[in-house]
Amino acid sequence: MTEHTYDVLVIGGGAVGCAIARELTRYRLRVAVAEKEWDVAAGASGRNSAVVHAGFNNRPGSLMAKLCVEGNRGFQALCQELDVPYQKTGKLLVAFDDEDMAVLARLKAQGEENGCQGLRLLRQEELRAKLPQVGGIGAMESPETAVFDPFQYTVALAENAAKNGVKFYLGHEITAITPENGGFTVQARDKTLTARRVVNCAGLFSDRIAAMVGLEDYKIYPCRGEYFILDKIAPDLLPMPIYPAPRAGIGGLGVHLTPTIHGNLIIGPSAEYIDDPEDTSSTRPIMDKLFREAQQLLPGLERRQIIGSYCGIRPKQAPPGEGGYWDFHIQEEPNCPGFVNLVGIESPGMTASLPLARMVVDILKRTMELTENPDFDPTRKGILRFREQTPEMQAKLIAEDPDYGEVVCRCQTVTKAEIKQAIENPLGARTISAIKYRAWVTTGRCNGGYCLPKIADMLTKEYGLAPTEVTHRGGESRLFTGRVKA
Amino acid sequence: MKHYDVVIIGGGPGGLAAARGAREGGAASVLILERDEKTGGILNQCIHDGFGLVRYREMLTGPEYARRAGQEAREVGADIQTGAMVTGLTPNRVVTAVTRSGLVQVSAGAVVLATGCRERTRGAIAIPGTRPAGVYTAGAAQNLMNIRNLMVGRNVVILGSGDIGLIMARRLTLEGANVLCVAEMNPAPGGLERNVSQCLYDFGIPLYLRCTVTNLLGRKRLKGVELSDLDKKGQPIPGSQRVIPCDTLLLSVGLIPENEIALQAGIRLDPATNGTITDEFLQTSVPGIFACGNSRKVMDLADFVSAQGLAAGRNAAAFVQGKPLETMPPETSNAMAKGLPQPGTITCILCPKGCRVTVEADGKVTGNSCPKGEEYARQEIRAPMRVLTTTLKRPDGTLLPVKTSKAIPKGELQTCAARLRTVTAPAGAVRCGEILLKDPFGLGADVIAAGDA
Repeated sequence: MTEHTYDVLVIGGGAVGCAIARELTRYRLRVAVAEKEWDVAAGASGRNSAVVHAGFNNRPGSLMAKLCVEGNRGFQALCQELDVPYQKTGKLLVAFDDEDMAVLARLKAQGEENGCQGLRLLRQEELRAKLPQVGGIGAMESPETAVFDPFQYTVALAENAAKNGVKFYLGHEITAITPENGGFTVQARDKTLTARRVVNCAGLFSDRIAAMVGLEDYKIYPCRGEYFILDKIAPDLLPMPIYPAPRAGIGGLGVHLTPTIHGNLIIGPSAEYIDDPEDTSSTRPIMDKLFREAQQLLPGLERRQIIGSYCGIRPKQAPPGEGGYWDFHIQEEPNCPGFVNLVGIESPGMTASLPLARMVVDILKRTMELTENPDFDPTRKGILRFREQTPEMQAKLIAEDPDYGEVVCRCQTVTKAEIKQAIENPLGARTISAIKYRAWVTTGRCNGGYCLPKIADMLTKEYGLAPTEVTHRGGESRLFTGRVKA
Repeated sequence: MKHYDVVIIGGGPGGLAAARGAREGGAASVLILERDEKTGGILNQCIHDGFGLVRYREMLTGPEYARRAGQEAREVGADIQTGAMVTGLTPNRVVTAVTRSGLVQVSAGAVVLATGCRERTRGAIAIPGTRPAGVYTAGAAQNLMNIRNLMVGRNVVILGSGDIGLIMARRLTLEGANVLCVAEMNPAPGGLERNVSQCLYDFGIPLYLRCTVTNLLGRKRLKGVELSDLDKKGQPIPGSQRVIPCDTLLLSVGLIPENEIALQAGIRLDPATNGTITDEFLQTSVPGIFACGNSRKVMDLADFVSAQGLAAGRNAAAFVQGKPLETMPPETSNAMAKGLPQPGTITCILCPKGCRVTVEADGKVTGNSCPKGEEYARQEIRAPMRVLTTTLKRPDGTLLPVKTSKAIPKGELQTCAARLRTVTAPAGAVRCGEILLKDPFGLGADVIAAGDA
């Protein structure tokens, strides 16, 4: 056995890959995750609406429906175990005409068939009574829908997996996979890894990974969704996500408004097929459209409340001409034994991540002897957030560690102590994005204008990075060209 | 809980002047809470000169102005707590701050908000495109370069012609970067005319009016920006777009009053500007809480901020003593030119007025409003001279703001700045005004400290 020899290699450090790795540590296995970016949650897992779905959108009998409902039921407990922010807000789907109302009635029936709890249709006066600020003539309420922090969720799964022994290869793009000796030899950047089983959950690149073992029949069609982020106005404005009643067309849930767990409001996503799976550009026509549609749902929104934008890309199997959803594809490939293939894990993949992981374990169990790992610890503690503590606790924290008394990020009130914990994360991710998503800095209305210089100072002075080693997302995404004065 | 007659939130020019105003107005005890390690606020990173002409009748750099304003606050006996981030303010004037030695909670007879402003961002103006490294607000870049010694890029486009953007165009040029252009959405520049003259025209940096960035290119680091001309309604003109390859985009697209603390106390803000709404006594909608400077309304000159801070401090003291309040001073003066330098005239850069001076063929000088303007114009025709402001690295790696003791030939600015990039300032304590390098360029000008260290 060499240093890079594993029982299972998981390709892709998104929520599903990290959940699979963590589930596998319940057994005595050597497990690794290879991720081409320099942190986990770098793809669709970190670029979505941050909603735990209830499962009424998906076709009865589909894996999507089954795993989404199952995932929703276990999500809160999982978030507690992993110390991830979660809030069961419920959600409203809003109808603007009778046709929409009919769609909602069908959706309710579909949801009930899928096993969703508590769905109910609201008449206009009931909608007004519940949320007077929202437009529309009626709605469907889904009480089991929740919001959460998808970055912290994915990071928490990864950190817990790492604590239980999973090795993470960040910044390791897979360039070749060769089946041999009943297992696989995998080229990951400059390293050669060997594994008895390979699990492909590479999201937007899952078709390319599959093709590396000769499975040429899979094709991912990237479908971009653009978003706006608004300032922390949600607590006063909107207690739960509101979506329009779904319209036929390409697979997406329609431009919706979602309060985040951090109090921001997000608008989006659009749905537009693109060629390049990495083109997370925002575009002017969509930006204009997003805002118009959001104002229809919530008259009174103002453009000056916008503090940022982002894009996510759905790894769709349904081709552009067809639209809609294809079900999750999960199986050990008959033509490539030992290769467990997950393709087309788009929404509700985050919600379904734990059931998906369990399914993968069940698949592996058919051909591997899995013995329980008695040392498995399912719990993980996140960073202790200064701003969430009582004044007494804040005083105690500062007394124990004065860095808790130094507020570095003014928009989100994040202290130096929290940023240090983020920098020293167990996965060793050292990019500005990694720090951002863990400590929640640079995420506020000043876009990091205040805290970024201070964080750059910490990295270069206290953590020994050269100025050119400070990057936004790793690789060539350098923030600085060097020192001003050598 | 400790009580102060007047508590001032923010130790920039507004807050420091408010402290002095409050003490002079009879407040028995005054406390400034400042989040940074030292007072002065944003002035500490504004190492260029041009501050203080209204207030002190002298051309000071930002750090020099900050030092002087800090001394004045200390002289009148204000308590100053630095490293204190205010996180709470109640309508009955209990102030909470976070410091490295614990939570500080004080009650105040009156409060002055001097919390300044923040920059409008890429997110706020929704520039389409990718999200690469290399996009900074001008003030953040100024902080990175002048305080942290971190160079933000080499080939730079600046969007917005606010004063900070103009100042950074010159600053980047002096530090060896190529500033490719400044694009401004409006038909006229946003900053002072003297800054257009001395920061852009001095270095041949093009200013494109009615032009904006319509796309960003590059996944990892910025690779280019797409510029488009704008029609009269501010919409991009189809077909006018062109890509400028660059690695850095600076944004100088406006400032927003910083009032999250004010909101906690239920103070009313102007929804259009985010500034506090005050009466003519600078009192906000919550009695006993006053506001001044950029958190109330973004101002062009630190000098005006100081004047307003002084008045807010006086009125805070008067409020505590039950005395009548005084009407605030004028917010600005007419003595500030904005616009483009005109061909055939010389824009005098000696003060914010920016007089357009003409030297006739017969040698007669017109357009100036003081004798200095005539002197400047004559010199400008003979041999343009400029004071160089920059930084020197100290042995501990920190930067010290410095300037030349007198103006040097304009053509020598970049060469001299380049030579100072590899010179280290002497170790040990340095006093503001101290000569650090005796005539290092052979031009008869010394390099002197423009701040304490």
